[in-house]
Amino acid sequence: PTAPMSAAPAYGEDKGGSAGPGEPEYGHDPASGGIFSSDYKRHDDLKEMLDTNKDSLKLEAMKRIVAMIARGKNASDLFPAVVKNVACKNIEVKKLVYVYLVRYAEEQQDLALLSISTFQRGLKDPNQLIRASALRVLSSIRVPIIVPIMMLAIKEAASDMSPYVRKTAAHAIPKLYSLDSDQKDQLIEVIEKLLADKTTLVAGSVVMAFEEVCPERIDLIHKNYRKLCNLLIDVEEWGQVVIISMLTRYARTQFLSPTQNESLLEENPEKAFYGSEEDEAKGAGSEEAAASTLPARKPYVMDPDHRLLLRNTKPLLQSRSAAVVMAVAQLYFHLAPKAEVGVIAKALVRLLRSHSEVQYVVLQNVATMSIKRRGMFEPYLKSFYIRSTDPTQIKILKLEVLTNLANETNIPTVLREFQTYIRSMDKDFVAATIQAIGRCATNIGRVRDTCLNGLVQLLSNRDELVVAESVVVIKKLLQMQPAQHGEIIKHLAKLTDNIQVPMARASILWLIGEYCEHVPRIAPDVLRKMAKSFTAEEDIVKLQIINLAAKLYLTNSKQTKLLTQYVLSLAKYDQNYDIRDRARFTRQLIVPSEQGGALSRHAKKLFLAPKPAPVLESSFKDRDHFQLGSLSHLLNAKATGYQELPDWPEEAPDPSVRNVEVPEWTKCSNREKRKEKEKPFYSDSEGESGPTESADSDPESESESGSKSSSDSGSEESSSESDNEDEDEDEEKGRGSESEQSEEEGEKRKTKKRKKVPEGQGEGSSSDEGSDSSSGSSESEVTSESEEEQVEPAARRRKTPPSSKSAPAAKEISLLDLEDFTAPSVQPVSPPTVVSSSLAADLEGLTLTDSALVPSLLSPVSSVGRQELLHRVAGEGLAVDYAFSRQPFSGDPHMVSVHIYFSNNSDNPIKGLRVGTPKLPAGISIQEFPEIESLAPGESATAVMGINFCDSTQAANFQLCTQNRQFYVSIQPPVGELMAPVFMSENEFKKEQGKLMGMNEITEKLTLPDSCRSDHVVVQKVTATANLGRVPCGTANEYRFAGRTLTSGSLVLLTLDARPAGAAQLTVNSEKMVIGTMLVKDVTQALTQ
Amino acid sequence: MIHSLFLINCSGDIFLEKHWKSVVSQSVCDYFFEAQEKAADVENVPPVISTPHHYLISIYRDKLFFVSVIQTEVPPLFVIEFLHRVADTFQVGSSNVGDTLPTGQLSNIPWRRAGVKYTNNEAYFDVVEEIDAIIDKSGSTVFAEIQGVIDACIKLSGMPDLSLSFMNPRLLDDVSFHPCIRFKRWESERVLSFIPPDGNFRLISYRVSSQNLVAIPVYVKHNISFKENSSCGRFDITIGPKQNMGKTIEGITVTVHMPKVVLNMNLTPTQGSYTFDPVTKVLTWDVGKITPQKLPSLKGLVNLQSGAPKPEENPSLNIQFKIQQLAISGLKVNRLDMYGEKYKPFKGVKYVTKAGKFQVRT
Repeated sequence: PTAPMSAAPAYGEDKGGSAGPGEPEYGHDPASGGIFSSDYKRHDDLKEMLDTNKDSLKLEAMKRIVAMIARGKNASDLFPAVVKNVACKNIEVKKLVYVYLVRYAEEQQDLALLSISTFQRGLKDPNQLIRASALRVLSSIRVPIIVPIMMLAIKEAASDMSPYVRKTAAHAIPKLYSLDSDQKDQLIEVIEKLLADKTTLVAGSVVMAFEEVCPERIDLIHKNYRKLCNLLIDVEEWGQVVIISMLTRYARTQFLSPTQNESLLEENPEKAFYGSEEDEAKGAGSEEAAASTLPARKPYVMDPDHRLLLRNTKPLLQSRSAAVVMAVAQLYFHLAPKAEVGVIAKALVRLLRSHSEVQYVVLQNVATMSIKRRGMFEPYLKSFYIRSTDPTQIKILKLEVLTNLANETNIPTVLREFQTYIRSMDKDFVAATIQAIGRCATNIGRVRDTCLNGLVQLLSNRDELVVAESVVVIKKLLQMQPAQHGEIIKHLAKLTDNIQVPMARASILWLIGEYCEHVPRIAPDVLRKMAKSFTAEEDIVKLQIINLAAKLYLTNSKQTKLLTQYVLSLAKYDQNYDIRDRARFTRQLIVPSEQGGALSRHAKKLFLAPKPAPVLESSFKDRDHFQLGSLSHLLNAKATGYQELPDWPEEAPDPSVRNVEVPEWTKCSNREKRKEKEKPFYSDSEGESGPTESADSDPESESESGSKSSSDSGSEESSSESDNEDEDEDEEKGRGSESEQSEEEGEKRKTKKRKKVPEGQGEGSSSDEGSDSSSGSSESEVTSESEEEQVEPAARRRKTPPSSKSAPAAKEISLLDLEDFTAPSVQPVSPPTVVSSSLAADLEGLTLTDSALVPSLLSPVSSVGRQELLHRVAGEGLAVDYAFSRQPFSGDPHMVSVHIYFSNNSDNPIKGLRVGTPKLPAGISIQEFPEIESLAPGESATAVMGINFCDSTQAANFQLCTQNRQFYVSIQPPVGELMAPVFMSENEFKKEQGKLMGMNEITEKLTLPDSCRSDHVVVQKVTATANLGRVPCGTANEYRFAGRTLTSGSLVLLTLDARPAGAAQLTVNSEKMVIGTMLVKDVTQALTQ
Repeated sequence: MIHSLFLINCSGDIFLEKHWKSVVSQSVCDYFFEAQEKAADVENVPPVISTPHHYLISIYRDKLFFVSVIQTEVPPLFVIEFLHRVADTFQVGSSNVGDTLPTGQLSNIPWRRAGVKYTNNEAYFDVVEEIDAIIDKSGSTVFAEIQGVIDACIKLSGMPDLSLSFMNPRLLDDVSFHPCIRFKRWESERVLSFIPPDGNFRLISYRVSSQNLVAIPVYVKHNISFKENSSCGRFDITIGPKQNMGKTIEGITVTVHMPKVVLNMNLTPTQGSYTFDPVTKVLTWDVGKITPQKLPSLKGLVNLQSGAPKPEENPSLNIQFKIQQLAISGLKVNRLDMYGEKYKPFKGVKYVTKAGKFQVRT
């Protein structure tokens, strides 16, 4: 029905729109048309042109008319003249007549009926394009009388042999439905029929129709569910969005919540599915390997169909379309187990580089997600940093995200960023930043005092809005621990002389009243001043003056009795009845009267009851009850036609409803995928061949049907083939095509999954497993050590002298002391573990390889820990460590990337840290890290340098210079760090290994200790020792790894053949014999230790 | 989904409209104008506006607003993405759409028309990398990452099937693909395999994330100060090469949004030319290229509105530059192979590095 759906061939009506701006000369405004004096005459001219026999004149006239339509001018009086041309032979004229008809038919129904027979004829045209366009126009003419004709046309088109016409039929369905909703039942029948269609061309459009006409009929999806999942990647982008969104809802009704058993759930069982799709042999191998270690636990088992959906949508995170990426992201957010949701973060962050409207929408969704799943965006914290050139609405959303992401670990960095923002020229943004600081302070107890101090300093800001905003936030913060903040309240009290913003004044007065016992001497004086200015104040301020008066009267009536009475009398005659009301009520309550009201005895309790501190919450909290990515989520209000995202069912509905009786399609696609590996994208169009027909080769109906039937028979053949040949594949892939088989298979799969569990646990405990939550926590553990050193003492020191101006102490963190903020000139420390674990999680999202491979391919830093480069004694307070990060060095691919960690243990800042003139052996070269200008005492910093070791383990010696000292240091690489992993298939590996025999092969026999016999441990030990990538391997107990040396790019192939009882043989093939020998030595040592 | 579309120019004229369903009156745009008035500038018009009977979703591109009218729930990005594609087709040639508008022919590959013929068969790839960075006051990098794209200009006859491989595909951290690319091949072999659309298009975009080290090719020394109670300030910036991999840095432009109280600037550049617009307060210094012997600098006085308090914040410097024949991430194309056609095409790869959103805080 819509533009997007029909966007592919811009035929017919679409032309009209795009013709407009390029040819402005066509539609003559009455004002600009010098030749034609009036509308009437002008149209006369056009009518004449339309009546001629010359197509060129007709075309010219139609172009002008369509241009008029596009500019919103009325051309309805031309209807009779135009409609005559509907039967025109010239296709260009015809197209434009169609555009006109679609626009005006609704207004001129009787005349429009004249054209209907033309379209009916068009529906029978041998050319599929003409059939489609006739249907499109017919269904766009909003004339109720023709509903039966439309219905008939849609039904016929739904059985058309051309998928393009069937697609148009799907588009016509919502149009008819909007014209006459009584047709629903019949339309549902058509939808059901089209849902069963096997072409990608139709899939998106029919699901669109389904969503508009009968979104509640989830049952229609069952039989098509697997097909839709499998087709998805080849559907055009617009269709993908619609299908993914619908399937999200479907899954919520049909599957069990993957988080219900979160603690028991390991992510491994699912991962087992990934690999098998890539490579059957490998899949079988790992499956066998897993079978050898039997688990006992029976965790939540994900329905294979649920898994199918997650797996088939994942690659679409790489789509160029922001809408598709968002659709997948919301699907994962709503459907995936916690451990897997992380993969979407990277894709969403990528969208932040797109148009600002895209950013706007994405940030709204990230803001919601980051409340529930903070961990997944934490690695991308910096991607949300704000530039002064960002539009304000984007700035405020980024700020929201940054605030949501702030935690104990990163808060110093976040506050340092906020520090910059506070000085922005964009005052709305500054106000939002102050609010954000307030939220950080309430959420993270440790920085509350720091934030409060910062905000107090903002009170002397020149900009009143800034001051006012700070007051409001300070008020909220003080409520949390008022006792310690008498000083601040005094300070605020003084502000009443200057600050005019009503909200801020009201906040101050409330604070003074609430905590009047902390400021016993100032409070009455403030009341005195306020009493003087009462009549000039804004209403909210007046209310707070009454409050203040009442509270003071109750606590200190001696001094304030008269003042209070004065205020109450003023209020009694105020113009605003709320204020009069309040005055009357307050007086009754606090002033003991003759009758001695029962309430007044409790007045103190009423007014000065302890009040709970306000909770500063994100406005995005709980927004995820709307389906993410939806309009309703964005508006935070239910939009018309929004379909609620259902809750997970308690009990899973019968999964067999999705079984399909005739498994032809799945088989067919399997066959194609296998046979024509290079062509997975075009899988369907080949067989169906509909769209292959070009517009002109029309009377091809026979050949079309011919090719169709041949492909059918082909698939039948292949189905029998595949049954025999590819059991493995079938188990994993053609999930449950035959109903009887699928149950069996399901059983098998379950047992396999159970078997996998212990392995999963093993991986889970290692550092590099992809789960975000766990990597998040491990990361914070690591970092907290260093951060705590900085932050803790500061916090503690400030607590001892309570509420004093502890600016010097705050210097430690120097987060918000605004007066003289000198940013530490080092990059904020980001420990390598953070990098690696997040990298692991991310890359995992990219690769659909076997689960066992994932961690090893990535081989993160964890293996090689930090080593000392310079001891702090030798370095006179400067301690330097280094570690091999195993990331590609971006400047030069031949270089080993080395992370250097500096920390300053001395009492003086260290300035000008850089690399001095290196004395290097021949060939070795260094890419120095950028100079660190200054390292404050107690600070640490990291830098990355690249060293080209020239494929040797010679040490790189260089000087580390500070402003006044030079230290001689040296880095000697373990042989395993001189290489980088390569991706390779098993066959390639074997081929390459064959080329590297004889002298290039080094073999060593060894015995593996008991502790080192499981898959996981072996892989982990090898990858820890050498930066190699794992190569899939069909044989159990054989492990293969491959890499290339960085400088010369020579292959290094490592094979470990582990036999039962611990005997093993290690083989390294490489033309670099020295490296090979050393590598064998190192790996043997690692394995046998 | 999308009910109607209005195109509105900067002066608020609705100059084009298109209705996919029944006609929606132009007056619906009044809600949009209202929102536009409320927003301080065009960038801050909310992309989604809720009105009593409709929702308006709009984009702003090339001084035009594309305002769509929506009646029922639809993913906003779906509409935004569509509007941008519409905007793309309006400026054919300068963007990533094919040179030819769809002809209405059906091809079995949706993105390529059948029967393409060229006398000269050529395939060119531009690897364009942009460095996004935030540099803080002291010169250290707060945030940096590389955003890259490979744009292709392919004029090949028939149905060529191409595969493009890289020396170091692992560098590509996060990639998004044109739909023509076979995802599986990339997953398993890290090779871009595709039947290309005809003409210009964006093959992939990628990101080399901040978790890798990003070389920053330039540094800026700056000294911008405003005196309290004085109507003038000092402005002094110098640009120099940093990690430029031995290449010339050219096309340098510095843009600075000065605070509102700045009336005028009186500066002397050692090279290039500068302009200051007293209305928008934007200072632009067109530097040209850096010669390491004599670093370009721009010095002088800033005239402030007298009596106004001095600006609290120093303005950020937005830097543009260009380095030819270099992909700063180190990405290298290995080879391009063609299958499916017999002829030998001309092939070419060009590398260029530019500043993206490159901001120096002062």
